[in-house]
Amino acid sequence: MLERHHPAPLENREVIIRVRGIEVGFGEKTILKDLDLDVYRGEILGFVGASGQGKSVLTRAILGLVPKRAGTIEVLGQNLDELSSSERRLMERHWGVLFQQGALFSALTVKQNVQVPMREHLDLSDRLLDELAMLKIEMVGLKPDAADKLPSELSGGMIKRAALARALALDPDIVFLDEPTSGLDPIGAGEFDELIATLQRTLGLTVFMVTHDLDSLYTVCDRIAALGEGKILAEGPIEAMLASDHPWLRSYFHGKRARAALAGGA
Amino acid sequence: MAQGTLAHEPQLKIERAGNKVTAVLAGPWTAEHARVVETLAGEIAAQADRHHLIIDLAGVQRLDTLGAWVLDRTRHELGGSGLVSDFVNATPEQGILLNEVAYRGFQELPKPKPSRFVDFLVDVGRTVAEAGNDLVRGVAFLGQLVSAFVRVLLNPRRFRGSAVVNQLEQIAYRGVPIIVLISFLVGAIVAQQGIFQLVKFGATPFVVDLIGILVMRELGVLLTSIMVAGRSGSAFTAEIGSMKMREEIDALRVMGLDPIEVLILPRILALIIGLPLLTFLASIAALLGGGVTAWVYGDISPDVFLTRLKASIALNTFMVGLIKAPFMAMIIGIIATLEGLAVAGSAESLGRHVTSSVVKAIFMVIVLDGVFAMFFAAIRY
Repeated sequence: MLERHHPAPLENREVIIRVRGIEVGFGEKTILKDLDLDVYRGEILGFVGASGQGKSVLTRAILGLVPKRAGTIEVLGQNLDELSSSERRLMERHWGVLFQQGALFSALTVKQNVQVPMREHLDLSDRLLDELAMLKIEMVGLKPDAADKLPSELSGGMIKRAALARALALDPDIVFLDEPTSGLDPIGAGEFDELIATLQRTLGLTVFMVTHDLDSLYTVCDRIAALGEGKILAEGPIEAMLASDHPWLRSYFHGKRARAALAGGA
Repeated sequence: MAQGTLAHEPQLKIERAGNKVTAVLAGPWTAEHARVVETLAGEIAAQADRHHLIIDLAGVQRLDTLGAWVLDRTRHELGGSGLVSDFVNATPEQGILLNEVAYRGFQELPKPKPSRFVDFLVDVGRTVAEAGNDLVRGVAFLGQLVSAFVRVLLNPRRFRGSAVVNQLEQIAYRGVPIIVLISFLVGAIVAQQGIFQLVKFGATPFVVDLIGILVMRELGVLLTSIMVAGRSGSAFTAEIGSMKMREEIDALRVMGLDPIEVLILPRILALIIGLPLLTFLASIAALLGGGVTAWVYGDISPDVFLTRLKASIALNTFMVGLIKAPFMAMIIGIIATLEGLAVAGSAESLGRHVTSSVVKAIFMVIVLDGVFAMFFAAIRY
């Protein structure tokens, strides 16, 4: 088990993302209804839910990629709807996103991909630009020779790592991870979990992780929020999830696979 | 948050005592202030004239990877000249960060020395070899195509009629408006120029012969082929290329389906049927455009136009244009599919192959038209 510093008790922690009464839908269909969620500074929040329940939709709504019909989203104490476009740009420096498929720019090398946000937002000398990009690439556990490769030349695990390096390019406060371990083999997934935990500790990140990986939930997440029927069914540490009576949570956390993960993780 | 810290800049105070130099840092040492951070780090290096440098982080409000990197780089570089330096008063988090980013050089990967002349020669050689490969692949592909066609003929249940009809709709039916419009305009323009030049010789009526022969033999089929190469050739390459990128072609193969039979044969058959039909329509539209101009601009009444047209063109004029159309279709289809199948990996590669599919197809259409012109002249058809 990883040794990690555990965040302070709930009541005196800073809320870094505050979602209140959010409603998102497409056409006739309402996906999220009256949803509330808090994410605290310095924690790793695991976000679970059945496929098609809107986990990605919530993430995209927070990031402003999907319009919401009602509700407010505050990040770092600022209501995202009330920001001017320049304030919005500043805000975007405070979060990094790891998309499910990596979303690396296919025409650029890994190093150039990592440098894109740096060039856009920071005023760096060429030397620093190179050194910092290489530093991030090494921090996510890629070999230096991966820096000059194109995304099409990378394996699935390397793409995730390169995308994580790009998400960390600006030293964000919050990192959104969309199914970071999907498509990785169990060893690779375990290493990736460990990497996230290490980076979270070193860089003081807040991590919002959408995941289906029970092992990740057991080993790295401080808190878990479960989404279903358009709202948060339950939130709390893994013990609270295990104790919940909700039928979906019971089958999720007490199924065969969950028991195996519990046996392996504990 | 950001607004609060933006007001402050990173600060540095140098204190000297005994053989120690203390650099007292304050403010945010973060990426937002990259230039100041670097300048101040240079300052520290310049002022460190004693044996021992102490970098005091007590006043640092925020330290990120950039700040930590620059500080540790400075420390490392000073260490090279025998100077001992230490960080003091770092918070536990800052300590972890400084440890994690510990300075190390990144070795430059050896890069081959570029030489413009050699690069140029390499480029030329590669292009020539590539053109040769294209030819070989084209011929090989033609063989595969024919053998797939024969297989389908021998076993007609494998013929995908609905796919052909579907492609015909995309290629021919939906292409009608734009091809007819362009042909009409070109016919009108050629007629206008013809009249304008021929009137000097008092030979205005010959514009009908000009239009009739030019449109039937060359313009109709050429305009149609170029439009189809741009409209449908690019679409083929993009469709097949993106299917290749997502392994859909491999999926077909492992299911025991032949991608040539399933994807490519219907498209090429639809092209071979559709292009002559479009050529016919384009020729009629161009004649119409020429007729309207001749009437309005050249005072040649429709009666006279039609009579002269009948006299000037024969069935062979019409056939020359039409015979070429299926060959044009073949070449457009083959180039489009080959380019589509050559797509690898990235979206950029897809774009490159779509462009090269259209460029090559248009070029080959014109070359083929020239070959046909020589052929028909030789057999006096």
